[in-house]
Amino acid sequence: MLEIKNLHARIVDDGTEIIRGLNLTVRAGEVAAIMGPNGSGKSTLSYILAGREDYEVTEGDILYDGQSILEMDPAERATAGIFLAFQYPMEIPGVATMEFLKVAMNEQRKARGEEPLKIPEFLKRVKEAAASLNMDMAMLKRPLNVGFSGGEKKRAEILQMKLLEPKLCVLDETDSGLDIDALKIVADGVNTLRSPDRAIVVITHYQRLLQYIVPDTVHVLYRGQVIKSGDKSLALDLEANGYAGVIGQAA
Amino acid sequence: MNMHTTPQRTLAETALIDAFGERLSLLPGDGAVMLKRDDAIEAIKGGLPTRRIESWHYTDLRRLLTSVPDFDPAAVAKAIAPIVEDSSVLPVLNGVSSAKLPDIEGVAVQRLSEKLTDGSIAPGLDPYGTDDAIGALNTAFVADGYFVDIADGAELEKPLELQNLQAGGQTHVRLAVRVGAGAKAVIVERQAGEGAALVSSVSQLVLGEGAEVTWLIVQEQPDTATHLAQFKAHLGKNSKLTLFVMNAGGKLVRQEVVVRTTGEGADFTLRGINLLAGDTHTDVTMVLDHGVPHTASTEVIRNVVTGKARGVFQGRINVHQYAQKTNAKMACNTLLLSDDGEFSTKPELEIFADDVVCGHGATVTEIDHSHLFYLMARGIDEKTARGLLVKAFVAEVIEELDDEAIVEALERRLDDWFLTHG
Repeated sequence: MLEIKNLHARIVDDGTEIIRGLNLTVRAGEVAAIMGPNGSGKSTLSYILAGREDYEVTEGDILYDGQSILEMDPAERATAGIFLAFQYPMEIPGVATMEFLKVAMNEQRKARGEEPLKIPEFLKRVKEAAASLNMDMAMLKRPLNVGFSGGEKKRAEILQMKLLEPKLCVLDETDSGLDIDALKIVADGVNTLRSPDRAIVVITHYQRLLQYIVPDTVHVLYRGQVIKSGDKSLALDLEANGYAGVIGQAA
Repeated sequence: MNMHTTPQRTLAETALIDAFGERLSLLPGDGAVMLKRDDAIEAIKGGLPTRRIESWHYTDLRRLLTSVPDFDPAAVAKAIAPIVEDSSVLPVLNGVSSAKLPDIEGVAVQRLSEKLTDGSIAPGLDPYGTDDAIGALNTAFVADGYFVDIADGAELEKPLELQNLQAGGQTHVRLAVRVGAGAKAVIVERQAGEGAALVSSVSQLVLGEGAEVTWLIVQEQPDTATHLAQFKAHLGKNSKLTLFVMNAGGKLVRQEVVVRTTGEGADFTLRGINLLAGDTHTDVTMVLDHGVPHTASTEVIRNVVTGKARGVFQGRINVHQYAQKTNAKMACNTLLLSDDGEFSTKPELEIFADDVVCGHGATVTEIDHSHLFYLMARGIDEKTARGLLVKAFVAEVIEELDDEAIVEALERRLDDWFLTHG
């Protein structure tokens, strides 16, 4: 589903190269965890997948369902089924959360040639998704993410993911800022989305989240490259021994 | 008003002076009113204000007012649906008030044409300050409007919408409202029409002790009209005024806001949005006097500038020496969406008291790229996402009004503007 080939990318503003020859393949139905120390390029990779303009791909390619997405803008990638759950979701004053959800869902439907959702059906879907994440509907009456706690923002991201039903989910440090109860709720939300035709990429610093979202593959990112891949035992190994060992082997 | 010598009159000045001679016999008013009219036209003969007059620095009226249309007695304006359903509507159609006045409990309404002849309102026609060109223009020509008296303790269930609708030519209208002690009301001032009109409109509001009023000015003139407006208010003890100004039209617009707190505990809130497009000029100028101790004011102005539009906000807050414990805050934020647009902001705080909290701030920004990315990352195309963010920038100010019917009504006006200018 996702194939990243020899990807090189830099920050547009100052030319700093962050991703330096990254290779990664994630198949449909797979949950892939990407781990790595701070500054290894994890968040940058998630932004590049979503199409943020602050980064520029200088070499290599990203194939999604066999097609390069490099020329697609963020909205086109999203309507094609790529979803990024942000590490730091933006607070957008003045944009009502419900209005935002409705526009996003209907824009995606429109792009797929489907009719816009009728209001009762839309409300029903939002209510169901919110209930499954223990979210209060009153929260959704507020402007988008404004005044949400860190945990509420993360839940709101997963809520959007459930409603938009993407094919490729990228979760950037979704565990940060969550207490253990919230972490379980969020992980349950993600687990219900596991399916044979959907791939999930979980980016995390710690192994903790992977106790709840058990990955099929684990990849260690360091200095903009995947330096080691393995199964879920690799995450446990990293937890026990830190990144130093893996980095040492690769160096 | 304008003390420097003007060797040659502009076309507009000449047209105004000539029009006064022609209109004089038709203008209502007793002796005192007619004397005020004479004073006013003398002020206009002295010349329209130029950029050399500080309060007109960014709106050189003498240069910008290039022509003045004739009065058009044949023009017919039609009443329009109020912004909030079921409001009581008082229309002024092409400068003429309705002969049929509504019956609203606790509210006495008179036509201004009648008030002008009964000797009671001549003092209200005096200019404020030395450069009151709009006041002078209006006093010289005002022929009609309404005088509304809301009784002490009355609480209006429905908004009262004062409509000033023009269909070309010149209209000069005055809307005077007295709100009695403890009374509560929502008043909508609607300014709209069609054609290349010259409109002067002066609103006067007096709030009695403990009165609470939300006053919404919704200005949607066509981009061929010149709209010169003034809103003047006196705030009595413990009274509360929320003034909302929305400018969404007009070729040359100046909206002056002149507010004075005259009683302790008075509270003034100004919220404004200026939606500027095309080759237009819009000026909001506020003069706020904190004249007594323990009064508060906040002003937030949000501007969206597109095309070659030019906008101005001047906010002057005078805190008089005796006005201790004044709390005043002012902010002006502009979203500049084109390279050819411009916005000028001039905050002026003149503080003579030593125990006050006063502040101001101004920003000019473009659309936040991280916000745009976030919306697009959810599949919302760039144009729609930009539209959402621009609307959000101004909608935030509307939502603060905290009254569902009003918020929805104003958001509909906002959507209308985006539909035609998005």
